Amino acid sequence: MTAPAARFDTDARGVAPDLRHRSIIQTAMAKYEVVRDRSQSWFQDWEGARDLAARTKLEAVGRLDTYLEQLVRNLEARGTRVHWAGDAQQAREIIVGILREKNARVVVKSKSMTSEEIRLNDAIEAAGCEVVESDLGEFIVQLRGEAPYHLVFPAMHLTRSEIRQTFEAKLRDAPSDDPEELTMVARRVLRRTYLQADVGITGANFAVADTGMISITENEGNARLTAALPRTMITLIGIEKVLPRLEDLALFLPMLAVMGTGQPLTCYNTMYGGPRQPGEADGPEEYHVVLLDNRRSALLADAELRETLGCIRCGACLNVCPVFRNVGGHTYGTVYGGPIGAVITPHLRGFKDWVHLSYASSLCGACTATCPVKINLHRHLLENRRAASHRDARWSYKIGFTIYAAVANSPALWKVATRLLRIGMSVRRLVNGSVLDPMRAWTRTRDLPPIAKQSFREWWRAQGR
Amino acid sequence: MVESTGEMIERDTILGRIREALRVTAYVPGGAGLPTTVDRRRVLPAAGATFDERAALFARNAGELTATFNVLQDAGTLAAALGVLRDAEGWTRVAAHRGELAGDAARSLGLPLLFTDGGYDRNALERCDVGISECDALVAQTGTVVVTSRSAGGRALSCLPPHHVVLARREQLVADLPAAFQLVAGRYGADYPSVISFITGPSRTADIERSLVLGAHGPKRLTIFMV
Repeated sequence: MTAPAARFDTDARGVAPDLRHRSIIQTAMAKYEVVRDRSQSWFQDWEGARDLAARTKLEAVGRLDTYLEQLVRNLEARGTRVHWAGDAQQAREIIVGILREKNARVVVKSKSMTSEEIRLNDAIEAAGCEVVESDLGEFIVQLRGEAPYHLVFPAMHLTRSEIRQTFEAKLRDAPSDDPEELTMVARRVLRRTYLQADVGITGANFAVADTGMISITENEGNARLTAALPRTMITLIGIEKVLPRLEDLALFLPMLAVMGTGQPLTCYNTMYGGPRQPGEADGPEEYHVVLLDNRRSALLADAELRETLGCIRCGACLNVCPVFRNVGGHTYGTVYGGPIGAVITPHLRGFKDWVHLSYASSLCGACTATCPVKINLHRHLLENRRAASHRDARWSYKIGFTIYAAVANSPALWKVATRLLRIGMSVRRLVNGSVLDPMRAWTRTRDLPPIAKQSFREWWRAQGR
Repeated sequence: MVESTGEMIERDTILGRIREALRVTAYVPGGAGLPTTVDRRRVLPAAGATFDERAALFARNAGELTATFNVLQDAGTLAAALGVLRDAEGWTRVAAHRGELAGDAARSLGLPLLFTDGGYDRNALERCDVGISECDALVAQTGTVVVTSRSAGGRALSCLPPHHVVLARREQLVADLPAAFQLVAGRYGADYPSVISFITGPSRTADIERSLVLGAHGPKRLTIFMV
């Protein structure tokens, strides 16, 4: 077992039986499901909307070179500086280079999973800058030194009293554990940060090729302030987030909202088309956009996996996944968790180290059924498993299945084997679930259905037919 | 500058990788080609055919979002309506921009006034009790206010003060999101403002136990007057 697989195993065993964790997640998801279903029902044709979204995204990634060039041309025409980063290290160097050039001391950041992917905060701190996450959930997990728990709800695993304790310890300001008062503490702290910060860094949800705009979806207003007050603004975005036309957002913005948080539309959907333009009241003097590949082009080169680049990171597949709900977001040990994370992480970060995530699924298909861009998630999980068995077949499996094939192909051997198995199973029942049980991996936490007393053939004969 | 020949080479390397990858053809379901406005209108939530239906839908959506929506008979009653808000909330400092509606309305309040046009002191804006701005459109389908950095006094006026008051005209009400994007494209052509924002209710968060709190970082209140 690889180290990440062993860690997954240990962490999953710790979290799955934790009833407190389970009740927090179930409560949160129950609230999500109610509002999601209500918002979805307002669509005249939700399934039709999924078809259109999937088609748009496949068209966009299918001509990615053309749309990227159009995007960059339009961004540059209005004074935006565009940078290309092949991998995480290049992206970090580009961004730290901008911070150095601006002599930045304080950086304010809005939510960006892509920045987690390239471990940007570590690089910024190593360069001697202070970096503050401004999304409330991200602010909380940053104070606790944790990774975000979920793509959309970074602090969903925490209770209000845990958050109050964190604020008490780190900010010395925690009036009560009322969510409103705690939110106002963060509001006060971050107001000072926005006004001080030299540089604002954001993620992005979409890039619009035909107008050259970066679209950011948020509820709190933290990204808007990050883009309004500091003198320099930087957006980090994966190359796959391009949409062909501005009007495509008319479909994607409500779909992202419905799937992400259950709202009909997220509070702020803002399109940024450059630095402060002549005659405008405010905004950054410089706007930098960093386009990140980091092995996305490898997904593009795979005819099966290409559609995974359509992912809009709404988190819906995590929310419906029975495995995610039981093992929790941190157990995956990856930036992108849940079904989509299990599909793409082996291809982004090393197949051998991360393919175990493809087994963290019952293949129930709930993820595929909910995905707004119709990514065939559970099929990709199965394909990853197939690829793993081709690349790295275990000898024990090979021998085992060779013997099984021989037995299953011979009626005589099958008869003997099933008799022996019945005897073996009745002996095994005496040690059920203990260390002596050869099937302990299963029986430790589950029941094993009893084996039938007769085979079908025996029963048939006993009927006298 | 940070840009170097290294970055230019990286651009060509990445585009080269993409072109190489795209030589592999992948299956595209439902035929190629991009969806049209008609396709989108067929699936999105219905938005009402007449002005009255749309106004009613906007009002209902605004109510759901805990925004306040008022229809005024004419611009003359605007000053009085704003005066009521001023007295109720005890405003002492007001921020606005020199729009046709917003400028006069803000002056009528008789309070110290900050105009954001052409630049301003951000700390002073942060101390204002209200930001009064105009907008580009109201979207009935979602209860959304569309603002741009040009129509609404910049980026921060509608976001930094704790109360955002929007002044709209009757003819700015549009049916749905496709219409709003078409309006923006038609109005500005190739000369876009640097920011276009679709504002749907006051700032909110549910990051603590999924319980709703208004005024996370942006305005706690959103009031819309349609003249």
